[in-house]
Amino acid sequence: MNGVELAFVLLGAVALGAGFLVVTTSRIVHAALWLAVCLGAIAGCFLLLTAELLAWVQVLIYVGAVVVLVLFALMLTRAPIGPTPGASRGRVVVAATVAVATGVVLLVTLLAGLGGEVIDLEAVDVGGGEAVGSALFRAWVLPFEALSVLLLAALVGAIVLSRGRGDEDGR
Amino acid sequence: MRLAFPLVVSALLFSLGVFGVLARRNAVLVLMSVELMLNAVNLNLVAFDAWWADALHGGQVLTLFVITIAAAEVGLGLAIVLLVFRNRGTSDLTDLGLLDERAENVDQPAAVDQPDVVDQPEAAR
Amino acid sequence: MMAALVVLTPFVAAAAGLAVGRNRLLAQRVAVIGTALALALSIGMGVVVWVSGPSVDEWGTIPTGWIPIEVATRADGLGVTVAIMVAAVALCVQIYSTAYMHSDPRYGSFAALISLFTAAMLLVVLADDLIVLLVGWEVMGICSALLIGHHWEREEARSASVKAFVVTRLGDVGLLAGMIVLADLTGSFSISALQTSATASTALTVGLVLMLCGVVGKSAQVPLHVWLPDAMAGPAPVSALIHAATMVAAGVFLVARLHSVYLLSPIALAILAVVAAATMVLAALAALAQDDYKRVLAWSTSSQLAYMLGALAVGGYSAGLFHLLGHAAFKALLFLAAGAIAHAIGTTLLSGMGGLRRTMPMTYLISSLGLAALVGLPPLVGFFSKESVLGAAQEAALHDGPLPAWSAWLVLLAGLVTVLLTAAYATRAWLLAFRGPPRSVATGHDPPPAMRTSLVALAVPTVVLGVLAFTPSVVSGMLDPGGQVAAEPEGVSLHLGTAVISLALVGVGALAAFAEWRRVGQRDPAAGLGRARPVLAEGFGIDRLYDALFVRPLLALSRLVVATDRDVIHAYVRGAGRSARALGGVPHAAQAGHVQGYVTAVLAFVVILAAAGAGAALL
Repeated sequence: MNGVELAFVLLGAVALGAGFLVVTTSRIVHAALWLAVCLGAIAGCFLLLTAELLAWVQVLIYVGAVVVLVLFALMLTRAPIGPTPGASRGRVVVAATVAVATGVVLLVTLLAGLGGEVIDLEAVDVGGGEAVGSALFRAWVLPFEALSVLLLAALVGAIVLSRGRGDEDGR
Repeated sequence: MRLAFPLVVSALLFSLGVFGVLARRNAVLVLMSVELMLNAVNLNLVAFDAWWADALHGGQVLTLFVITIAAAEVGLGLAIVLLVFRNRGTSDLTDLGLLDERAENVDQPAAVDQPDVVDQPEAAR
Repeated sequence: MMAALVVLTPFVAAAAGLAVGRNRLLAQRVAVIGTALALALSIGMGVVVWVSGPSVDEWGTIPTGWIPIEVATRADGLGVTVAIMVAAVALCVQIYSTAYMHSDPRYGSFAALISLFTAAMLLVVLADDLIVLLVGWEVMGICSALLIGHHWEREEARSASVKAFVVTRLGDVGLLAGMIVLADLTGSFSISALQTSATASTALTVGLVLMLCGVVGKSAQVPLHVWLPDAMAGPAPVSALIHAATMVAAGVFLVARLHSVYLLSPIALAILAVVAAATMVLAALAALAQDDYKRVLAWSTSSQLAYMLGALAVGGYSAGLFHLLGHAAFKALLFLAAGAIAHAIGTTLLSGMGGLRRTMPMTYLISSLGLAALVGLPPLVGFFSKESVLGAAQEAALHDGPLPAWSAWLVLLAGLVTVLLTAAYATRAWLLAFRGPPRSVATGHDPPPAMRTSLVALAVPTVVLGVLAFTPSVVSGMLDPGGQVAAEPEGVSLHLGTAVISLALVGVGALAAFAEWRRVGQRDPAAGLGRARPVLAEGFGIDRLYDALFVRPLLALSRLVVATDRDVIHAYVRGAGRSARALGGVPHAAQAGHVQGYVTAVLAFVVILAAAGAGAALL
């Protein structure tokens, strides 16, 4: 195992550990914070896979905006600070079964198909700003524009939802 | 780097996300688990982009798109959760029974099993 | 032709009476005029038969898939005489009812039912086909049941109505079976055919004995006599018409109509003789202990009908029919007089009457005449008719008759014993009701004119009809059964010996009752019976026996059936419904609205599909 692989293993462990804590901890606010850790570790993984721009976009948007949004939502829905009761045992068991099954299917499929492959990191065109940008605005410009329309729709939707019915038609 | 490492991490992260969606009671936590699933997908995309050494960086561009869409989605989703909280006073999914179709929770009256009326024999004289 | 008119007239009157039932005056007129017309037509028919002889009219054939029913009527001496009697008594009763039922709110239906009954009885009398006769027979039965239950607010009326219907129906099962056997023998239901082509055989005896079941039921003989005393819950005019003069006499009439056929079967005649003898004595004993005057008369009717059937059994055709005519007159008279008493003082219990001779003199006179005729005092019709019956029995006992000698002796002896008993109970009733100190709360008064007319009208034949004993040719013409007959009916005849003996017995019975009456201080002489009295009063416990043997098991069975239907069969029905709901409850619980549950299910199946696909790809 070379250095890149070792680093990846460590970062992956951090991400998985943080993710496990997100889905199992009984303190809701701690879950949000563990989510931030997990997303950060993923950003690190991106770096190791030569996706530099993506790593920083991940940090900016996910850790920076999404986590903060989640924390705001938790605050506005009066999430309790202390531990809260989790789901009933039966549901946990069923959910765990389905999750384990999902994981097993995915692992088996991926590893059976592609388990022996190796990424040649030397041959990769590093995903810096120039590389990604030129790909985005040349080959992928149309989906890019569509995406901006989607963002506009989301923005409008968020405003409409947040206004509430009472303000809108004066009922 | 062997391709197996990112694939394993992403598969495990995905299954953790599935567990969170199915087992958490708070609506916001369910949305957070959805984020975990999306991130697992992103990791997979980037790994494959590196393995293919794609000149068009298709995997990375798609990851960018996923991040964008996820951000938009979580924003709207949280807005809905806030509205539900405002109307119902709770964001606990087990308390929200809007989709409950069982008879006693729906407004129209359900048919009740009526006992049949059978003529009793006349009492002997 | 005339016969059909005679039957149809009261039928039309019944229908019209039902239509105008609300208007009391109109209903009265329809009833009386309809019955009067029927009487006039019967008399007219009598003239026609006298002039041009008996006739049979056919009105068509109804195919049955076996032996067809010939709708036919016959007009002959027997039919005409009985028809005139029926119409006359019905007319008296209709006139009487206009006053008796004056304040009754259901008079309209009452009069219409009486008219319908009259039509049915006339159909029985004038029918020439056994099934047509049966139709009239059954319509009479339902009219009787409905009329008994006229005051259906009272429970005793309702139960008496049902009892009458059920018991007579029971007899009618035998009647129908007998008719079918006879029709099978002769190949036709027609009475004319039966009279001409019947020959003695076991099958004939079987058929005749089965028909006796219907006779026993309708004419209230042992063992189907239990309905008649309870039928007194009906109004007095109903008792007079149906349960004294006509319907109960229909059984006697049927035997008389088929008498030439019965003469071919000594066994049937012997059975009839035994039944008649038993009933005579049993009913007379029971009459001795009754407290209700109408019940005394009811048991008395059973006993007198037994006389008629006994006469027919010993081959005394004319004697039996003579007694039928006489009994119709004086028994209807007695019942209508009882109704007058009830109308005046509000009760028919002997213990509630007394001294009515002073307050109701006309009723007293009329009732005395009727009771004297019942007892058999000359020169009233009862004396002559009873003597002719006893004379016929003596003939059959001493000389060769159509039935075994022992059964003729049985009829004779039972008849003589009954003479004594009849005198006793009639005297008792007379003394308790009319003599002695008054015991009633209300003061009696003689009945209003309409009722008086009928009483007088019936008193005339009571007194006068006895003269028929001295005109045998008139009698044989009157009772001519028409067609070919096996035996020629002769007039009624009297034997001096039996006459003297029976008069002596009358004296003994009357004196015994009178002496007992004086002994208990002019109160109920039946007290002299001591401990036997309650047994006699309830008819020797036969009602209780039937209740235990038949009624209770049947009620228990019906309760069992209801319980089975409700708890077993219905339980399956309800269970089917409940289990369907329960089955539905299982997926119902899955629709509880838990979103995460839905997502879990979706994801689980996706994983299964993916695993299947991956497995298929890998393997």
